Amino acid sequence: MAGSTESRSQRRLDRRLLIERLSSRWLQGAGYFAIALFALIVLALLYQSLPLLSEYSLVQALTSSNWDPAQNEFGFLPAIVGTIYVTALTMAMGTPIAILAAIYIAEYAEGRAKTLVSSFIDVLAAIPSVIFGLVALIVVVPFVGDYLAPAVGSSATGLGIFTVSLVMAIVVTPFMISLSVESLEALPDELRESSLGVGATKWETIRSVLLRAAGPGIFSAVLLGFGRVFGATIVPAMLIGGQTHLPSSPFATGQTLPTLIVNDFGELMSLPLTQSALIFVGLMLVVVVWLFNFTAMLVRRRLQRRWQY
Amino acid sequence: MDRYAKQRLFGLLARGAAALVVAVMVLVVAVTIYRGGRVFLTDPAIAITPPGSRYMLEGDGGFLHAVLGSLFIVVPATVVSAVLAVSTAIYLQSDYSSERFSDVVNMFLNVLWGTPPIVYGVFVLTIIIAIGARTSLFFGIVAIAIFQYPIMTRYTDEALRSAPEAVKEATYGLGGTRFEAALMTFRAALPGIIAGIIMGFARGIGDAATVLFTTGRSTNMPGGLFEGATTLPVLIFDQAMSFNAEVRSHAYAASFVLIVAVLALIIVSKLLAGRYARYAPGGRHS
Repeated sequence: MAGSTESRSQRRLDRRLLIERLSSRWLQGAGYFAIALFALIVLALLYQSLPLLSEYSLVQALTSSNWDPAQNEFGFLPAIVGTIYVTALTMAMGTPIAILAAIYIAEYAEGRAKTLVSSFIDVLAAIPSVIFGLVALIVVVPFVGDYLAPAVGSSATGLGIFTVSLVMAIVVTPFMISLSVESLEALPDELRESSLGVGATKWETIRSVLLRAAGPGIFSAVLLGFGRVFGATIVPAMLIGGQTHLPSSPFATGQTLPTLIVNDFGELMSLPLTQSALIFVGLMLVVVVWLFNFTAMLVRRRLQRRWQY
Repeated sequence: MDRYAKQRLFGLLARGAAALVVAVMVLVVAVTIYRGGRVFLTDPAIAITPPGSRYMLEGDGGFLHAVLGSLFIVVPATVVSAVLAVSTAIYLQSDYSSERFSDVVNMFLNVLWGTPPIVYGVFVLTIIIAIGARTSLFFGIVAIAIFQYPIMTRYTDEALRSAPEAVKEATYGLGGTRFEAALMTFRAALPGIIAGIIMGFARGIGDAATVLFTTGRSTNMPGGLFEGATTLPVLIFDQAMSFNAEVRSHAYAASFVLIVAVLALIIVSKLLAGRYARYAPGGRHS
C-alpha cells in the first residue's frame, strides 16, 4: 500500500519534471525565435539584393535620380528625397500637436474627460491606415487641391507630398501621444508638488521640470513615430501620385521608398534585376529603422543620465 | 506677456491640441460611417455576395471574397502568433532566461516592433521567390503572423510584468516547478494578455502592406490554402484607385464593414479585459 502511493507520487513528480524540461526547451526556442526572425529577414533581403549590388555600386544607386526599370536604370534618389520630404513635413506638423495633447491628457484632464479623450486616442491608433487614405481622398485631397495649393500659388491636383504628410501626421499623432502620456504619467507627484511649491506656475512646472524629466521617453516616442512615417506604405501609395521624379515643391507628386515597391511591384516583378532593386528598397528600410532604434536607445540612455532628478 | 498669461496661453494650446485630435478622429469615423453606411445599408447584401467575373472593373456582385479572405488569413495568423508571442513573453519574464539575454531579445523585439509592415511583406515575398511558390492564402497567414508577433509580444510582456510577483513566489513556496510558476503568472495576467491578443487581431485585420504582395490580390472566392486570396484592406486599396464610380463606392462600403469590425474588436477587448479581471489576484471582482 505504502509502496504504491510512493511510486504514484514518484510518477507524478517525474511527469511534472518532464513537463518542466519540455516547456523549458519550447520557451527557450521561442526566446531565440525573435532573434532568428530578425536575422532571417536581414539575410534574406540582403541575399536577394545582391544581383543589383553586383551590377551597380551602392553610391551610384543611391545618388542617381534616374529611375527607369525598363531601361535597367535604378536611381533611388527621387524616392529617398520624397521619403525625407514626407517624414520631415509630417514630424513638423505632428510632433507639437502630439506633445501638447499628451500634456493635456497627463496634466490637465481629469476624471471623465481624461478617460474619454484617452480612449478616443486609443481608437484612433487602431483604425486601419487604408481608411485614413480613403477618407483623405474625399476630404483632404479636394481641400489641398482647391484651396491650399492655389492659396500659396502652386497648382496641384491635391495628390502629392503635402497631402501625404498631413494625413500621416493624423495617423502617427495618436501613437506618439499614447507613448508620451505613458512617460509623463510615470513621473512621481513629488516633482510636480515641489515645483509648484516653490512658486512656479503650472506651465513653468511642465516646461522646466516635467518635460525634462519625461524627456527621454518623449524623445523615443517621437523617434518611434519617425520610424512609423518612414515605413508607411498604404497612405503614401494612395495619395502621393506615384511619379518617380525629384519633387519640386511640397505640393508636387513624388514617390517614397515604400510606394516605389507598391507601384512597380506588379508589372515589373518578372524582371530579375527590378525584383532585386525593389527588395533592396526593403533592405534599406530595415537598415534605417534599425539604425534609428539603435540611436534612440543610445540617446535615451545618455539623456536619462543627464536629465535625471 | 507675464508668466500667468503664458500659463493660460499654454493651457489653452494644450486643450486645443487635444480637441483637434479628437475632432479629427470623430471626422474620420463619421465620414467612413456616413459614406460607407449610405452605400452599405442600401444594399447590405454586397458583403455576403460573391464577386462577379468583372468585379474590379464594373462592380458586379459583392466582396464576400475579401471578407472571407480576411477571416481565413487573420484568424489562423492570430492563433499562431499568439502562441509564439505568449511563449516568448513568458520566456522573457520568468526564470528561464538570464537578465542579459532577455535584454538582448528585448532589443531585437523592439527593432521588429518598429519595422514597417511592408518589410514583412517583401520578406515573405523573397521566400516565395526562393522556393518558387506562388502567392497564396498560406503566405498571407505567414506574413500577418510575423507582423502580429512583436505587437502581441509587447502587450503580453506588459501584462505579465504587471502581474503581482507574489503569485510566482507563492507557487515556488509550495514546491512548484518553473513551468507551474509561469502558468500561475500567466493566469494572473490573463486579462491583459487577452486584450493584447485582440488588439493584435485588430491590427492584423487592418493591415494591407503585409498582404499586398503575398496573397495575390485575387478577385475570386478563396479556393484553398495554396490558392490566391485577398483581404478587406487590400480590396479597399485596389477599389479606391478604380476609375469606375460603382467600384469606388464599394470601397466605402468595405471600409464601413472594416471600421465596424475594428471598433467592435476594441470594445470587446476592453469588455473582456474587465470580465477576466476577476481571475487576477486583487482584480476588480475577486
